[in-house]
Amino acid sequence: MTAFAIGRFASISYRAWAVLGVVVLLALGAMLVDIPYLGGFVDWLINRVPPTFSLIVQYATPIAFAALCGVMCERSGVVNIGIEGLMLTAAFVAFLAGAYLGPVVGTPWAALLGVGFAVLASMLLSLLHAWLSITIKADQIISGAVIIILAAGGTAFFNQLLVSTSGLSGTLILPHLSIPREITTIPFLGPILLALFNQGPIAMSLIVCVVGLQILLFRSRWGLRTRAVGEHPKAADTVGIDVYFVRYRNVVLGGGFAGLGGAFLTTELSNSFQDGMTGGVGFIGLAAMIFGRWTPVGAFAAALLFGAVQSAQLTLRIPSSAPPGELGELVAALPPEFFGILPYLVTIVVLAGVVGRAIPPAADGIPYDKESRS
Amino acid sequence: MTTERGATGGGMSVDPTTLLGTGGGLGRQVLVTSIAVLGGLLVGALLIILSGALQPGGTLDFGLPLVAYRALLDGALLCEEGFQDVGILCEEGGVLDLRALGNTLNASTPLIMTGLAVAFGFRAGLFNIGAQGQFLLGAFASTLIGANLVGVPFPAAAAIAILAGALGGALWGFIPGALKAWRGAHEVVTTIMLNFVAALSLRYLANGPFRDPGATFSRTPDIQPGAVLPTPIDGSPMHWGIVVAILVAVAVWFLLFKTTLGFEIRTVGANPHAARYAGIRPRLITILTMTLAGSMAGIGGAAEGLGITKNYPAEYGTSYGFDGIAVALLGRAHPIGVVGAALLFGVMRAGAGSMQRQTDIPIDIITIVQGMILLFVAAEVVIRRLLPAARARRVSAAAAA
Repeated sequence: MTAFAIGRFASISYRAWAVLGVVVLLALGAMLVDIPYLGGFVDWLINRVPPTFSLIVQYATPIAFAALCGVMCERSGVVNIGIEGLMLTAAFVAFLAGAYLGPVVGTPWAALLGVGFAVLASMLLSLLHAWLSITIKADQIISGAVIIILAAGGTAFFNQLLVSTSGLSGTLILPHLSIPREITTIPFLGPILLALFNQGPIAMSLIVCVVGLQILLFRSRWGLRTRAVGEHPKAADTVGIDVYFVRYRNVVLGGGFAGLGGAFLTTELSNSFQDGMTGGVGFIGLAAMIFGRWTPVGAFAAALLFGAVQSAQLTLRIPSSAPPGELGELVAALPPEFFGILPYLVTIVVLAGVVGRAIPPAADGIPYDKESRS
Repeated sequence: MTTERGATGGGMSVDPTTLLGTGGGLGRQVLVTSIAVLGGLLVGALLIILSGALQPGGTLDFGLPLVAYRALLDGALLCEEGFQDVGILCEEGGVLDLRALGNTLNASTPLIMTGLAVAFGFRAGLFNIGAQGQFLLGAFASTLIGANLVGVPFPAAAAIAILAGALGGALWGFIPGALKAWRGAHEVVTTIMLNFVAALSLRYLANGPFRDPGATFSRTPDIQPGAVLPTPIDGSPMHWGIVVAILVAVAVWFLLFKTTLGFEIRTVGANPHAARYAGIRPRLITILTMTLAGSMAGIGGAAEGLGITKNYPAEYGTSYGFDGIAVALLGRAHPIGVVGAALLFGVMRAGAGSMQRQTDIPIDIITIVQGMILLFVAAEVVIRRLLPAARARRVSAAAAA
């Protein structure tokens, strides 16, 4: 069992390391061509990159929560392409609750309550997906599409009705937590800790959720049952695991993660809501889940990678944080769309098995029929 | 009841029998579909009542849905009171407004094509979520070629541009088809990813290398006059795209139900193992189906590009490709059904603006109605599928007792 868990952990590391290795090799290659450049590059790496970590984590947070939702669902055998819709709904509910409750209960509490309502709304919508795909055995892709369409239409409808005409404005965003000043002075490690923990409560809880879910999924009875149901539901059923119950629980709890990711957008990153503001983050989350091979830590690493790519289009193009020399010029010359496409391209490459195939849980997307003989 | 896992090695795959509702005769299918549509409209009506109450100084008005739906029909089909109605039918005291009807048909045209693209995939057991990207590729390729056909006269230039659109869409269908057949990558995920790749890279191209330097906002150059799809009826904005779409729908029907290839596609969709046993190559069919499906969505993009936008705007906010999924499902993945569903959605799209003007109900209500219709279709198909199983269960229980 232990060996299995380590093996699985190593397999995601291999993927992350492979990407990192390629990046390092490219950087080394660039350095070898021009030796005096090395000093400037190292200086950039130590002094200019760490301040961007905080931005990377902010980009990665909604992606990672979406990916955790995906892991929860698909590990138990339910495909959920509706995460984008769950997050959009959660973002809107969090905004709305914060805006209405702000004058009543005061600023930080209104945002926190907003997060709570967002998680509840996302879980409720997940319950619809669970009912359609587990009980009704509807096609899970269609069910996901229903959730995306209803969320897009519903949020835009009520946004126009309640917000646009009345000029309702959101409550103040959740305050960042402060960490001891001494920690930030540690070279290189300081900014990493600062980036991970000098955030609002949602982004800060991400690392806890990731590590916790990783341990639970591979070390707990719940995790074993979840994986059994996702790989071979009939076998799980014969040893007395309630396949339907496990799937329901995972899909609804997974919706909670998507809710946190959506609430992050309107209570921590900003305090406003725009139609379609998730802008594909739920789908990038699916990509991160696949790239991370359906494990929480792997998905988190992928989300960080995608977050880094997205923040790169902002940070690497301004002179103060651009890499020195020709590399800087090259990055500045790349169109912003290039950075936007990268997560999707990487996922296609991984699915095509060019870098080592990504294999989903065996029963992923197949409704379980208790009565069937196969 | 194991679902066919095909060559993917990974779980989810489409079981056409659950999607297409093969149970029941034609009459029953029409009945059940109508119930889904009515259910969607009913939920919409409840939301309209709610939105009336939520508006400043509003009250619960249970007649509002009728007023709103009447306003929707006004904008989509009927002669609208208080608005200048162009078109002979209105002037002679008629009922149908040619201008509104033209808008409806124009909105239905891309929906027919993306609906066909999704439906065609269903027939081979493939879930083509990529109609959106294929549509964009078609719009981009057709307008780009159309802009460069200097001096080429009408039918020829438009035909070449539409062909370019079909090829563009076909490329975006071929990629996921080939990845599925040769590498086992599931088409649902690859097409979702390719949608974003298409939108972003075409935005870059329309913003950079192919940008019209004279345009005020980022877009590609306008197409040449010969490539524009003309509007044959005076006073109606309807362009030739609807005719192209109907012709393609007929061609798809013929291909699916009257040719060997169509039989092979449907066989692969019904049972890939049996298909292989019968000498059909499922991988080849997979690639072919996705490529053809892509070309259909591509023609939809071409019709929209050559008939409406006349260029490719860098910020192309359209959902025609995604709406195609709902159209295909509501149309039971049958070409005739797809045309009917696209016309229904076209009415809603074209009339929503009029409804918002007359009753202040947000335009997005139609998205909710469409989502609810899809929800009822998804649930209904399965309820019917469960019926025989429930009967069998009762029989076995009776036998055991």
